[in-house]
Amino acid sequence: MNTIKILYFARLREAFACAEENVTLPAEVHNVAALIGWLAARGGVWTDELGGKRVFRVAINQDMARFDAPIPPGAEVAIFPPVTGG
Amino acid sequence: MRRFHRARKWQSFRRSPGAEMQAVIRVQQRDFSLAEEYDCLAGRTDIGAIVAFVGRVRDLAPGEALELEHYPGMTEKALAGIAEAAQQRWPLQAVTVIHRVGKLGPAEQIVLVLTASTHRAAAYEANAFIMDYLKTEAPFWKREHTAQGAQWVDARESDETAKLRWEKQ
Repeated sequence: MNTIKILYFARLREAFACAEENVTLPAEVHNVAALIGWLAARGGVWTDELGGKRVFRVAINQDMARFDAPIPPGAEVAIFPPVTGG
Repeated sequence: MRRFHRARKWQSFRRSPGAEMQAVIRVQQRDFSLAEEYDCLAGRTDIGAIVAFVGRVRDLAPGEALELEHYPGMTEKALAGIAEAAQQRWPLQAVTVIHRVGKLGPAEQIVLVLTASTHRAAAYEANAFIMDYLKTEAPFWKREHTAQGAQWVDARESDETAKLRWEKQ
């Protein structure tokens, strides 16, 4: 069982009304793509934001991650809109 | 995937024997002084060129504000990684990156990048490289507060294009 921390930032934090949560992943949720699919299946705003219509980025343990990246045990995963600093 | 050192306020990278780069990475609410940061580098006799970039809040009316949110921890790590990538590509003696967060008013300073090298070409190019990567990879998000309410700023395709020019070379 992999329990991870998920952080949400900016527009996503507001849409989900959630800055962070701890979740225990089902065994089949082993990479970023599977995690996103699992979260999008919550329905409502989760489907709206993560279901494919809108663009977002994912970081694992504070490094940008691709959709095929595995999720290590106890990882800190962050999901956020494309960045707009500078 | 490249791995970078965790960010610290002062960080030194050993490039080759005898050549050490100084990197200052700071994320802060308070304003910064270009003159003070320049003076920190100006005493060094091995630096022949310092390029400075300052990004500022533009096109806001009085009373309006730009708010910057970030991802504490990852932000510093990403900026240190970008500075290190620049240092691997150009012969730099020093890099300073300071980025503000929180609410900023019209014409306030947002970001400072200083690049120091023996000659100007490396300092100019490394400075542009750092800003191009900062804008597309460092986890900051802008929100505008205007009379119409608060609105998140969308990412721009042109920023992504600007970064890609470094990957083609």
